[in-house]
Amino acid sequence: MHYVLHYGQIAPYLPYLIGGMAISLALSVLSFIGGMVLGLFFAVIRNEGHPILSRLVRIYVAFFTNTPQLVQIYVIYFGLPDFGILFSPFAAVLIGMTLNAAAYLTEILRAGLGTVHAQELDAAETLGMNRLQTLRHVTLPHLFRVAMPALTNQYILMTLGTSMASIFGVEELTGRAFNINSTTFRSIEIFTTVAVLYVVVTFIATILLALVGRWAFRARVPVL
Amino acid sequence: MLSFLIAEIPRLFTIYNVILLLKAALTTLSLSAVGCVIGLFFGFLLSIARLSHRPIFWPLKALALIYVEILRRVPFLITLMIFFFGAQVLGFNISALAIAFISTSVISTAFVAEIVRAGLRAVKPSQMEAAAVMNFSAWHSFWHVRLPQAWPLILPPVFGYFVLFIKDTALASQVGVLELTQAGKILNTKGFSASLVYGAVLILYFIISYPLARFGAYLERRLGASRHSRPRRAI
Amino acid sequence: MAHLDIRGLVARYNNATVLDGIDLSIERGEIVSLIGPSGSGKSTLLRVISGLLPPREGTVSLAGETINYADRRSLRRSRDKLAIVFQQYNLFGNMNVLRNVMVAPVTIQKRDKKTVEAEARALLDKVGLGDKLTSYPDELSGGQQQRVAIARALCLKPDILLLDEVTSALDPERVGEVLDTVKMLAADNMTLLIVSHEMGFVREVSHRVAFMADGKIQEMGPPAQIFGAPQQPRTQAFVSRILGH
Ligand SMILES: Nc1ncnc2c1ncn2[C@@H]1O[C@H](COP(=O)(O)OP(=O)(O)OP(=O)(O)O)[C@@H](O)[C@H]1O
Ligand SMILES: [Mg+2]
Repeated sequence: MHYVLHYGQIAPYLPYLIGGMAISLALSVLSFIGGMVLGLFFAVIRNEGHPILSRLVRIYVAFFTNTPQLVQIYVIYFGLPDFGILFSPFAAVLIGMTLNAAAYLTEILRAGLGTVHAQELDAAETLGMNRLQTLRHVTLPHLFRVAMPALTNQYILMTLGTSMASIFGVEELTGRAFNINSTTFRSIEIFTTVAVLYVVVTFIATILLALVGRWAFRARVPVL
Repeated sequence: MLSFLIAEIPRLFTIYNVILLLKAALTTLSLSAVGCVIGLFFGFLLSIARLSHRPIFWPLKALALIYVEILRRVPFLITLMIFFFGAQVLGFNISALAIAFISTSVISTAFVAEIVRAGLRAVKPSQMEAAAVMNFSAWHSFWHVRLPQAWPLILPPVFGYFVLFIKDTALASQVGVLELTQAGKILNTKGFSASLVYGAVLILYFIISYPLARFGAYLERRLGASRHSRPRRAI
Repeated sequence: MAHLDIRGLVARYNNATVLDGIDLSIERGEIVSLIGPSGSGKSTLLRVISGLLPPREGTVSLAGETINYADRRSLRRSRDKLAIVFQQYNLFGNMNVLRNVMVAPVTIQKRDKKTVEAEARALLDKVGLGDKLTSYPDELSGGQQQRVAIARALCLKPDILLLDEVTSALDPERVGEVLDTVKMLAADNMTLLIVSHEMGFVREVSHRVAFMADGKIQEMGPPAQIFGAPQQPRTQAFVSRILGH
């Protein structure tokens, strides 16, 4: 009952934790980029309405959004070796997170694409733009402008999601917290410190993404 | 390899294992459901504090803001660990399940509070003014005017969050709660192939989550998108 | 003693002065109309009287009691005596027509539900909405909503009734009906403060007319004076523009 908090004991580990944060960020940024590429591709397929491909994308999205990311990674990391496919923990988590992100991002981007108006596309055509130019100068800027708040939100959720990498032995922020815990046993101090680090990182991410959105796409992203 | 897996299937689905999985599935559902119901209750309190203009509520308002902004930025796994080790260190003798329930409630309160606040804010102030001029008390105005108009805006996203949260509760397996993911781990240690067990667990999650997600989309169409602020009889 | 007495009233919306020294005194049973260009502060004056916007300076007294805007009980007592029909009606979107009219008398004034219901039905009949009792506000036209709002205000049995643009959404036939209702209310010794752009209506129903512009009452007098022989040039300009000659 008489527990005295000793944050001083874990202070020396701060650089170690910050190193872990870099790995967490690498996971979230890489899987977000991968998810965006896949998601954009899938969203366009859904929007163009090719019957079979579109259906496949729908099944993909339904499957990945209705099952836990944790179990998806379990299947990749523990299940696929049954078929002789082996991944390092980091790779397994990265693949799982990317596939998972792709599903959610498909939905966000599809909703955004739905708001690009036919008139804008017609205008682009009268200006003599080809399809690629239209995509680059009309569709994508509009898409990012309207989808920026949802994308920011998704990125924050993904940053929080990286903590499950620790379960597979990746030594990112949460993984390193467990490491320190097993040597110092200062659990409350460690996990509250790590909680604060996540809060700080996601706040910075929110602000940065809001600034990027404002500069690049004139999007309005509320910070709070 | 595949034939080996197929041979395993009848052994996996014995009555004992099926009951284990079903019980675990029930725990999975209730972790999210209980979290959301409690979250709805406290979420309402927090948002009422945040929307209040009276000076006595200012400290509460600040606390509510801090709570919501911070708790939504902490990974569920970390929250679980803080409560898990916190209970240990402080000598509270509570079960892992109780810790998981507390954690889901604490987290979903923060998320649901934001949904509730947005819903309550969407009710036009002129509606409350009309009530005020007719001498409605703050409580009457809230109960008879504001809440009934906000409710159709609150319910669909809260339900959506509940469905989303079902998947997050998989992390409760990390403190040893016997929910679906943990059941998978148990079966795996009993010697069943990981691909088979976790594949089955994935499918079970899908069976739970997909119909609920569809129902959520229906709710959204039925209530959220409708310009009518009054509740429909169908719900 | 005046029923409604307003002295030196100043009101602002974030430092934009909207009411700039209003003096207005209305006797019991008197009907006073406010006319004036859009944005002159007519609705704001009604908001101040009904306690939705505390004045920066000046006082409002109802039946001899000066409203203390900082005191809930004082505000409550004054609101017990008055009812308002808003320019935007502000019917409760979550209640049907009948419940909109009944809710305050039953749940706030704690009057007998059966009696209130009978009164509400009679009032709604009178404003021509007897067949719309179970409709919701978003299923009604503007004019219909406005008539529900009138019934809702009357069912509160106020001593003083504030009507904002009460004829604006009504067709000419309905204007006549509202006119009759208003005259009847005045006969019952109800005090009325009406904002209206319908000059025929104003001329016929009012005992006095106040012309507002720039947050001030520029001129006040019997309808014959305001419409027939306005003293101020601004009143003259406004009246001639609105009467179309
Ligand atoms: N909520 C508010 N916040 C800020 N300014 C306001 C607000 N409501 C009204 N105003 C301003 O106060 C002034 C008076 O508005 P008010 O609604 O009282 O005019 P009005 O005479 O009723 O006009 P109308 O005939 O168009 O109804 C206007 O300039 C308006 O812009
Ligand atoms: Mg007005």
